[in-house]
Amino acid sequence: MTAEAFVPVRRAGRIGAALRTNWGLLWSDPLGRTGVILLAFVIAAAILGPVLFPFDPKAVGESAKDILQPPSAQYPLGTDELGRQVLWEVIAGARTSLVVGLVATAISMIVGTFIGLTAGYSRGALGEGLMRVTDFFLVIPTLPLTIVLAAVIGQSLGVIILVIGLTSWPSTARIVRSSVLTLRERQFIQRIASLGARDRRIVGIHILPNVLPLVIANTILVIAGSILAEATLAFLGLGDPVNVSWGTMLHFAFQSGAAGRGAWWYIIPPGIGIVVTVLAFTLIGHSLDRILNPRLRSR
Amino acid sequence: MRIPRPGYLARKLLGVAATLFAVLTFNFLLFRILPGDPVRLLARAGNLSPEAIERLRQTFGLDQPLPVQYVIYLRNLATGELGTSLTYRRPVAAILAERMENTLILLAAATVIVVLLGVLFGVYAAARRGTRVDSGTVVSSLIFWSLPTFWVGLIFVFILGVYLPWFPISGMSTPGAHFRTPIDAFVDIGRHLVLPTLTLALVDIGQFILITRSSLIDVLTEDFILTAKAKGLSRRRVIWRHGVPNAMLPIVTATALYVSLIVGGTIQVETVFSYPGMGRLMYDAVLRRDYPVLEASFLLFAITVIFANLASDLLYRYLDPRVRDA
Repeated sequence: MTAEAFVPVRRAGRIGAALRTNWGLLWSDPLGRTGVILLAFVIAAAILGPVLFPFDPKAVGESAKDILQPPSAQYPLGTDELGRQVLWEVIAGARTSLVVGLVATAISMIVGTFIGLTAGYSRGALGEGLMRVTDFFLVIPTLPLTIVLAAVIGQSLGVIILVIGLTSWPSTARIVRSSVLTLRERQFIQRIASLGARDRRIVGIHILPNVLPLVIANTILVIAGSILAEATLAFLGLGDPVNVSWGTMLHFAFQSGAAGRGAWWYIIPPGIGIVVTVLAFTLIGHSLDRILNPRLRSR
Repeated sequence: MRIPRPGYLARKLLGVAATLFAVLTFNFLLFRILPGDPVRLLARAGNLSPEAIERLRQTFGLDQPLPVQYVIYLRNLATGELGTSLTYRRPVAAILAERMENTLILLAAATVIVVLLGVLFGVYAAARRGTRVDSGTVVSSLIFWSLPTFWVGLIFVFILGVYLPWFPISGMSTPGAHFRTPIDAFVDIGRHLVLPTLTLALVDIGQFILITRSSLIDVLTEDFILTAKAKGLSRRRVIWRHGVPNAMLPIVTATALYVSLIVGGTIQVETVFSYPGMGRLMYDAVLRRDYPVLEASFLLFAITVIFANLASDLLYRYLDPRVRDA
């Protein structure tokens, strides 16, 4: 972000205006628009799907004839290893993936923004120490870390959300900190400070609204990462056994040897679900990153 | 060729030591406090009398206060004493030693492909910025990035296991096979490596392409590139001799991030292809709640990534005179 392109946002209400402008730019970018359309599709499936096609995990097949059946008029996407409808299961999975992605990212964004603001604004030992902690989390490989945490703490959706949220904040913290460092030296902040505003007021009312637009692109990419992380943990057998997700479906597909038995209808649909959702957020995040990073846009 | 100043190196090593110490402490607290101590785990696995539990507690030093236990833990780590696996009933250190080598082979194969092809595609796209080739490369990179590694593996297992049985889909060598020459054995391992390597490379190459591309695009707008063009140098020479070397720095940083990424990828790929490495070991340990193995493999992965980051920092400093001489 270059200094010339920077227009300070003075009131929180201006964020709305900034979002509207960026929305127009997002929609005019083919990649961004594709992402928005894909996302709308997934959200519709997550909200309407369970109402229109309620999935009952206990509705297992009546006989061995219903197990791992290929698609037919009776079963549009075939059946799983317990004789349940794959189509309904896939639709039910959309809700879990979105909930995990959004809630984990909310945690990650709150923690990351808070740590980034504090580390950027407070000079001295506190800021230094917080950055050490951030670097520590950046350097630890995320998947092994989430695996041991989930394995040790327990298997429920809440734990998975918490584990993903508490391991994905360092990138947000870094971005927030570096933009606070430059904002802090800018004239309008210096003036407010010289008028005697307290630190908390400066950070909360004047710095935070200016930092948030920068965090948005990163946050959307964090959602994509969180959904992938949930799918991976669930595939490795650390998912919530009660809530169906695309990751748990693939876990049971793998465990029951569906791939080797040629049951493509059990492998491909949940994977497509993950890819479409993750891709939607990735495209939007990538597109927003270009919009909010004018240095790249001008070239 | 200049070596980083000792002051810098000392500071870096001190930082790594601090991180290592933090990881070890985190590991100690996580596995001692949360799932309960090792004896309670053993007791859960079998039927132990209260007296036997008490004896075991003394053997493990669990009757000691936590700080004393911590010292014992550090001493055990320093001497390579990582405990005994609950499922294999063997020392964890011996199991890790066997598995580590297999994982390194897989990682090396995938890394060579990702770095070479990633840089190549990235340069190709950057040199044709704004064309269809370029946007096609960007879109495919984003799609590859969005693929779950384990799912790509499952698709390969499905296609090659069911329709086109060209490559083996499980393990690292053909079980029970006898090879007349070492070359045959080597080829057999190579054939088993194809699918896991391909899966890892396919998923992780996207990020590499994007970073190379944006870094080279940055460099190509610099004045010295214009000078080189004005001198009448060929397009190829301008890009490869003047552009690419100057675009290497972000790529070096990306390699460190890539190591962290590919460690996660290995766990998934080894799981899908039953490849006898660290990743599969960790997966099995999760399923069987084999905490000593889980703990040790986490430590090993973390230490690997910490040192990869150190290597990339040092390389960065060596490559960039502005940082080096500052």
